[in-house]
Amino acid sequence: MKRLNAMSRTSRVNFLTYALVIAAFVVLQALSMGGGLSATLQGQLVPVCAYVVMALSLNLTVGVLGELSLGHAGFMSVGAFSGAVAASALQGVIPASGVRLALAMLIGAVFAGIVGTLISVPVLRLNGDYLAIVTLAFGQIIKSIIENLYVGVDGSGLHFSFLKPTVTLEQGGRMILNGPMGIPNIEKISTFLAGFLLILITLVIIFNLVNSRSGRAIMALRDNRIAAESVGINVTKYKMMAFVTSAALAGAAGALFSLGQNTIVAAKFDFNTSILILVYVVLGGQGNMWGSIVAASFLTILPESDAMRGLRDYRMLVYAIVLILVMLATNSPAIKGLFGQILDRTRSKKGGNTP
Amino acid sequence: MVTFLTNLINGISLGSVYAIIALGYTMVYGIAKMLNFAHGDVIMVGAYICFFAVSTYELPPLLGVILAMAVCTALGIVIERLAYKPLRQAPSLAVLITAIGVSYFLQNGAQLLWSSNNKMFPTFIKGDALVLFDGQLHVSRTTLVTVIVCVVIMLVLTWFTGQTKMGKAMRACSEDKGAAQLMGINVDTTISVTFAIGSALAAIAGVLYMSSYPILVPTTGSMPGIKAFTAAVFGGIGSIPGAFLGGLLLGIIEIFAGAYISTQLANAIVFAVLIVVLLVKPTGLLGKQIREKV
Amino acid sequence: MMKKSRFLSLALTGALCLSLLAGCGSSGGGGAASTPAPNGGGDVSTPAPAPAGDAFKIGGVGPLTGGAAIYGNAAANGARIAADEINALGGIQIDLRYEDDAHDAEKSVNAYNTLKGWGMQIFLGSVTSTPGVATSSEANRDKIFYLTPSASSTDVLGGVSNPLTGTVDVQRKECVYQMCFVDPNQGSASAQYIADQNLGSSIAVIYKNDDVYSTGVYNSFAAKAEELKLNVVSVTTFTEDTKTDFSVQLNDAKAQGADLVFLPMYYDAAALIFTQANAMDYAPKWFGIDGMDGILGVEGFDTSLAEGVMLLTPFNADAEDEATRSFVSKYQEKYGEIPNQFAADAYDCVYAIYNALVAGNATPDMNAANLSSLLIEQFNSMTFDGLTGEGMTWDVTGAVSKSPKGMVIQNGAYVGMD
Repeated sequence: MKRLNAMSRTSRVNFLTYALVIAAFVVLQALSMGGGLSATLQGQLVPVCAYVVMALSLNLTVGVLGELSLGHAGFMSVGAFSGAVAASALQGVIPASGVRLALAMLIGAVFAGIVGTLISVPVLRLNGDYLAIVTLAFGQIIKSIIENLYVGVDGSGLHFSFLKPTVTLEQGGRMILNGPMGIPNIEKISTFLAGFLLILITLVIIFNLVNSRSGRAIMALRDNRIAAESVGINVTKYKMMAFVTSAALAGAAGALFSLGQNTIVAAKFDFNTSILILVYVVLGGQGNMWGSIVAASFLTILPESDAMRGLRDYRMLVYAIVLILVMLATNSPAIKGLFGQILDRTRSKKGGNTP
Repeated sequence: MVTFLTNLINGISLGSVYAIIALGYTMVYGIAKMLNFAHGDVIMVGAYICFFAVSTYELPPLLGVILAMAVCTALGIVIERLAYKPLRQAPSLAVLITAIGVSYFLQNGAQLLWSSNNKMFPTFIKGDALVLFDGQLHVSRTTLVTVIVCVVIMLVLTWFTGQTKMGKAMRACSEDKGAAQLMGINVDTTISVTFAIGSALAAIAGVLYMSSYPILVPTTGSMPGIKAFTAAVFGGIGSIPGAFLGGLLLGIIEIFAGAYISTQLANAIVFAVLIVVLLVKPTGLLGKQIREKV
Repeated sequence: MMKKSRFLSLALTGALCLSLLAGCGSSGGGGAASTPAPNGGGDVSTPAPAPAGDAFKIGGVGPLTGGAAIYGNAAANGARIAADEINALGGIQIDLRYEDDAHDAEKSVNAYNTLKGWGMQIFLGSVTSTPGVATSSEANRDKIFYLTPSASSTDVLGGVSNPLTGTVDVQRKECVYQMCFVDPNQGSASAQYIADQNLGSSIAVIYKNDDVYSTGVYNSFAAKAEELKLNVVSVTTFTEDTKTDFSVQLNDAKAQGADLVFLPMYYDAAALIFTQANAMDYAPKWFGIDGMDGILGVEGFDTSLAEGVMLLTPFNADAEDEATRSFVSKYQEKYGEIPNQFAADAYDCVYAIYNALVAGNATPDMNAANLSSLLIEQFNSMTFDGLTGEGMTWDVTGAVSKSPKGMVIQNGAYVGMD
């Protein structure tokens, strides 16, 4: 009986999460088509979707697997650049932009997944802050590598060079990625619909993983690694599963993001971006997927909103204060106790059963 | 050979700056078990205070340093009380994010107060460079002072945590806060003192960092903050000699990677070496190997 | 005790909810033409704004916070002075609004969209290059005239063929114009100047290889240097993450016997290089570009370190002409600092647009697209005298044609080199 209750509660939360995403999409899409959105918000629809997927995928590592990652933007970067290069190279081959976008996101996911697999080898040997610093280190290494990478395309395919722009192309060839200058001329093919679909797919993947046998194994590792190991859970396999899935989803988000921008540079995906995504996850609650969605959307839109811009010079200062206050309000036991009391009171007034 | 030595000395010079920041980082981490990402920004505040004291109000440099230490100590205690203390029971990630909030706050506050314009930090470590090998090798006075101060601080901190009553209380808190409290140790005071010491060290680090690399802006603290964090983990986070060693090695590797491999990839190489070291020694160079209990 | 802390928490939560609501209210609602934010922030000295509808709405985007804040704030301040002067004349009125992008392409587009929602008619572009590439594409798509003070990458303008392939990777964005030199011109002009004046027999270059501006100038310098058979003996780089310690780069230059070091970078890094070179007794000739301008204005900088530094720059805050003196004194009075070239470029931008508006008999009720075609026509034909050059002209490529002034720093001041 108890188990059934717990089960139904999980699926209820999952169902509500899907409902939240779909409702938000329908409302925003309607507003967007009716011209009811401010130009700023209209422009942020695609990036918000990308950040939501980033937050969801990081939540898999941080919330479900229970490991701190400080280099999640690195996977986004791999996905962003591989996806954008693919989309650009395929421009002549596949004219349909929707297909090209889907393919670019897939390629972004695959590349980020491969990099994630490589990184997971050292990552899985470490624990706690040592693991965190290795993810930070990989984020920095990925940034340095892409900053020195040159990619061109001509009739015979893609050409690469490293450190120096020595790509030789035949007549009619063009450079796609110019080292530190990034990709200057991205065709914006990402749409809000694609972003919405990617969020749904991400949710399906994450919920299915979490509610499966593997997911329970992963959470058992988070809660008590030694106990989990002693009942025969394969630590490496399940840690890797969570980590690589998270990386691949981030790659897809990166491709969605980059194809919604005019230009991207490697420096965009730095430590600060990794931290920003971590903020979404922690603010939304570790392991709490709808929390990540709300936090990522909210914190992406808030600093760019007219109300915040109205604060002029004090904008980022106020943003910092809001961040600190939110963390204090949601995590301080004193405040939690206060909320708890209020909830208890309302419940007992309504005649609900208090234990 | 002389080139090698020059590079080595430059590496030690850069590394000792990292080390001195890492000492403050590791100290706070060791006792409060939190990654204080705002540490780099406290360094920046210390540097600004000293800059204004010496450049604008023309106080003697030593007074400027003491003033910076006083302000940073007070700032450290205030930050701890307002932003970190309410979260003592919260998950460590919540505190990490709060620390990032504090870091944003300090950076943007500094920009509002002191503008985003570059300020050139005054040189007050004057004196001739140490010249070796018939003038082929220069060791600047700043480097000498930084290394000496760094070693002194490391020794004092080791003595302090090992021998004094407060130090023992800190170690007790670091091992087990609950048990420490039962033994009559005031955990709140101990953690506040830790932050006070860490922030005072940040002020010294800020002044020395600026003496070597004298361009001061509100974001000055962020990169050395990350590097120092890396150094602290490299050496084994929580270990005082480890932070010293980690900082020094980080500086040397950075310079050598630039000099002998590629300046374009210097940063990547530093982090690659870090990963390799952690693969061999998963808790850093001098970190404690903690056996997990079931 | 318990009660007190609870009260505090309650107060904090209350404050928090309020701030969150404030955020929601704005982001959710609001049609396209939301009310302009007040130009608050203590900006009291602004003359009374003209009644709404009678002023041209000119917007600008730049890094007002973060690591590049110095450039964005300088440009915003320079443009503000020009707008105030023009408004005080009583003729055409300008409603100027600058928004923050923290030197990030994504945020720059957000800021641009905010300005568009405000009803911006003319755009002063992004201050820095990478955001500039993004906003110039947007503005060009929306047919809003774009004149950037300082985003100097060729990708901002588009239409320039890639030197490697000869292909035009970024199509020309017809609405986009620059007030600054485009990067490759600076690089090749520097190489040419060094060769013509025979400034160095062995040349070292230090550049910032994660920066669009620095890399762009270096690439064209390298190409021109090879063509002119300059003897480049050492090329080293640094990045945003390693822009503190230059001992490796300087040691390499010294070991290779370089007698001239070319520094295509901004002055903050250059100031560190001069300091560190001084500490190691290395004294080559230094050659900078327009990013070097401002080094003498760094508070507390020992100008003797920069003695003999040569640079090609369009602006000189020490110039004796009336316009520069008036601008510098106004800037100092208002912002307490000596203006750098970003401020001067932005000031010129506003005046160039003003001149074009006057010449084209533009009225504030014209829409952005009409203003854009009017301004393009004017810019392709007019000649403009400003702080950063005399007799400036533009053509359909959007690049400005003005001659850089060769300057050398002597006794803490710029002196013309010729």
